[in-house]
Amino acid sequence: MTATATATATGWEAVIGLEVHAQLLTESKMFCACSSRYAGALPNTLVCPICLGMPGVLPVMNRAAIEATILTALALGCRIPEYSKFDRKNYNYPDLMKGYQISQFDLPFSEAGSLEFPDPADPSRTRRAGITRVHLEEDTATLKHVRDATGLAYSLMDANRSGVPLMEIVGDPDLSTADEAGAYLRALRQVLRYLGVSTANMEEGAFRCDANVSLRRPGTQALGRKVEVKNMNSFRSVVRALEFEIARQAEVLDAGGRIVQETRGWVDDRGITVSQRSKEEANDYRYFPEPDLPPVLTPPAEVDRIRARLPELPAAKRQRFESEYGLGADAAETLTQSRSLATWFEEVARLSGNPRAAANWVVRDVIRLLGATGGEIESLGIGPAHLAELVRLVDDGTISVRTAPEVLEEAVATGAMPASIVQARGLGQVSDATALAAEVAAAIAANPRAVADYRNGKATALGFLVGAIMKATRGKGNPGLVNDLLRSALDG
Amino acid sequence: MVIPHDLTTLTAPEARTLLVRRAISATELTQAALDRIAQVEPAIRSFITITADQALAQAAAADAALGAGDPASTPELTGIPIALKDLFCTAGVQTTAGSRILEGFVPPYDATVVARLRKAGATFVGKANMDEFAMGSSTENSGYHLTRNPWDTARVPGGSSGGSATAVAAGEAILSLGTDTGGSIRQPAALCSVTGLKPTYGRVSRYGVVAFASSLDQVGPFSVGVEGSAMLLRAIAGHDPLDATTATTGVPDYVATIRDGIRGLRVGVPAEYFVAGMEPDVERLVRAAIDDLARLGAEIVPVRLPYSAHGLATYYIIAPAEASSNLSRYNGTRYGLAAVEEADVNRAMDLTRARGFGAEPKRRIMLGTYALSSGYYDAYYRKAQQVRTLIKADFDAAFRDVDVIASPVSPTVAFPIGARIDDPLAMYLSDVCTIPVNVAGLPGISVPCGFDGQGLPVGLQLIGRAFDEATLFRAAWAYEDATDWPRRRPPLATAATPAGES
Repeated sequence: MTATATATATGWEAVIGLEVHAQLLTESKMFCACSSRYAGALPNTLVCPICLGMPGVLPVMNRAAIEATILTALALGCRIPEYSKFDRKNYNYPDLMKGYQISQFDLPFSEAGSLEFPDPADPSRTRRAGITRVHLEEDTATLKHVRDATGLAYSLMDANRSGVPLMEIVGDPDLSTADEAGAYLRALRQVLRYLGVSTANMEEGAFRCDANVSLRRPGTQALGRKVEVKNMNSFRSVVRALEFEIARQAEVLDAGGRIVQETRGWVDDRGITVSQRSKEEANDYRYFPEPDLPPVLTPPAEVDRIRARLPELPAAKRQRFESEYGLGADAAETLTQSRSLATWFEEVARLSGNPRAAANWVVRDVIRLLGATGGEIESLGIGPAHLAELVRLVDDGTISVRTAPEVLEEAVATGAMPASIVQARGLGQVSDATALAAEVAAAIAANPRAVADYRNGKATALGFLVGAIMKATRGKGNPGLVNDLLRSALDG
Repeated sequence: MVIPHDLTTLTAPEARTLLVRRAISATELTQAALDRIAQVEPAIRSFITITADQALAQAAAADAALGAGDPASTPELTGIPIALKDLFCTAGVQTTAGSRILEGFVPPYDATVVARLRKAGATFVGKANMDEFAMGSSTENSGYHLTRNPWDTARVPGGSSGGSATAVAAGEAILSLGTDTGGSIRQPAALCSVTGLKPTYGRVSRYGVVAFASSLDQVGPFSVGVEGSAMLLRAIAGHDPLDATTATTGVPDYVATIRDGIRGLRVGVPAEYFVAGMEPDVERLVRAAIDDLARLGAEIVPVRLPYSAHGLATYYIIAPAEASSNLSRYNGTRYGLAAVEEADVNRAMDLTRARGFGAEPKRRIMLGTYALSSGYYDAYYRKAQQVRTLIKADFDAAFRDVDVIASPVSPTVAFPIGARIDDPLAMYLSDVCTIPVNVAGLPGISVPCGFDGQGLPVGLQLIGRAFDEATLFRAAWAYEDATDWPRRRPPLATAATPAGES
């Protein structure tokens, strides 16, 4: 798959490929029975001889992790080879317990898929980037570099993360701008969250991204010398780092220089990438088949069984929301942000019988209220039944659209059902013509100037009078009825 | 049967009979082994660690079990003194793999085979000496001390499971456990005149066994008399959820069929295994043993195993490649030796390894690292795996015609200490007849077949089909039953410490 040529201002086209590591949300680690849910655990409490790499221990494969990897690969349209195996990637670092990482080299669990993402240059369109492969490996321990009061520097090791299943999603070099990289990552994160295979939380390290970047003249096919950029810890830093790196390489090339094939680290507070190691210093990982694990066979029937577990994915859900509920592209996009929000909306739509109103409420008010708490839909104080009841109260004229947001906010704050809030606070719409007729008469009497203007053909004067009546009824007057009563009083 | 004056001369089935009859106690039996250890260790030095207290506590528990009900219903190894090669992780007892880099390492876990032997009621008398990380054929590569051959203490016991072989040969234990990656059970068994079996790859769990070459390592028994090895294998074999390379194939009752005889058994003899440079006495004794098999009713047929000639070359790519990776974890950051005075962690790891590993592991780490390097992988590692397939195919073809293949174990008898230590290639040739069996993943047994002109032991190797250890035990037992080799014990009654002990 080739990128649409996008010339940069400097006359260079960037070629970007992303490698994403996502921790899998399995109960246990990749090769032992220790819990993989290490967030908040005391250091080195979720460890055993296996994930500590002690002498003589052997790995045992976590089937759930393999299945999650294949599920992800299927969601990305990958081919699943029947025969796969694990390999050893050998290198020495104090956070690597065995002196090698069990990973996959030449026969991964999947290959040749793709990912659709919104085109940042034209939001009405989508783009598609190739996925080279999705494979499985194990995470390392974590090191914390500290300095004591006397200035002595040392490192603390926590092996809780050692052996946590880590899925690597290698993308083809199909991206050509930093913004495309951002859009690709958001789309990928959304897929992983839909599948429930990873929290895909970048700040917590559950979703990590490295980028390979090179430049070439637009219209040419050959790839330039690439630089690998690491240490990007947020979506924003990925975009910033890529923008910087593209500009840096363009500057080097424009000055007649050559790009050095190397690994560069993003330094967030300085906003630059710095050289970490050159190609010559790169590790020779001496991959070879892991002799402690037999090959993994995934026959077609097994692939079908896993495929049957695939949920509706974001792109399909967006399209269905547009066609089934008659929603606009923006609303469909917002409602499918997360699988739980989409499900929540569909429940409101079903219970209220008014999908478009339900969509409007969710897109406008619920998202705003969620934004205040910064949470997922589950953290909102109300369920779909609350909002559905609110929609019905508006639809059947019990409350006005103006009163409804107030009722929603109170429901969210207290968890009470909208009908009971309306009743308790007397917010029900006044639809009693006799009661409203008195208010209409009072408004006509109190505003002779407006009445005269109206009769002289100034239509806006009617709005002023309606406003006065609504104010007097504290918003509870049924707007339609007020209009009718006023017109007949004035015109009659 | 008569209770011998010296309990250390008992075979495992004899000891079992006396224990079940309550004619002897487990404590007496274990104490006899410990006394023998005290007597001969100065001369032999089979052990890195002697665990007398543990053994006696286990013996007391064994006696309690034997006395609690029907003694015959106790596990078969109840109260039998066993020596463990010092690469089996033993909870609470130092495990060194013969290396200084693991000095002081006390595992918090048992190897699966150790756990199974505990359950089977065995008493553990000590951790046996070995070549460092099982790399060697003489036990001279131990990071701790030499082990001497009980038949001639100026000679090596073979290796790498040298201490396991000598412990059984010298009566320091009734049974012992070793590992065999290229001959490390069969070769010392031959050089010490005891039975040793390397099971089929996948027959016995490797969990908790310090790894040398993962695709070749197998755990196996040593015994005086074939039946003891059958009893020990039965206790440790079988699928282990902690070792993904163990087979789910059921474990047969090896002892039940051991006396079934070998009438009609087809025994293949590969000319390729009677190698140039083989000692004439060795060849003569092995050929005589094959003639004995014929007299016992076996049919002797020539077989061809031409690719076995490449076994050694194949092995010395694959084994060092795997070892270079397996030994990466020993860097002093979590256990064992640590260069703690070095402040920089990378330098501390390097220094730990420079100090902790002996010459042979260093040599093999370099060989293996080279063989796996980018640009060399195809020429070495991949090519070796392809040859490995051909070696296996040779055996597959031969086993379509025969049930067992007979050959020498080692081309020579035990060699003098120091004779090959400076010539790694000469040392590697010790395993020329045993290595192809590991490369093919097949079972092989070494059974004593006589003594050369100097009175040094020679072993016969019988190689079987995958997971057909039962036939090997049956053939080896039939041969042993027709000879008196196991009844000849080394002349060690009152051994003195030899001069020049390192």
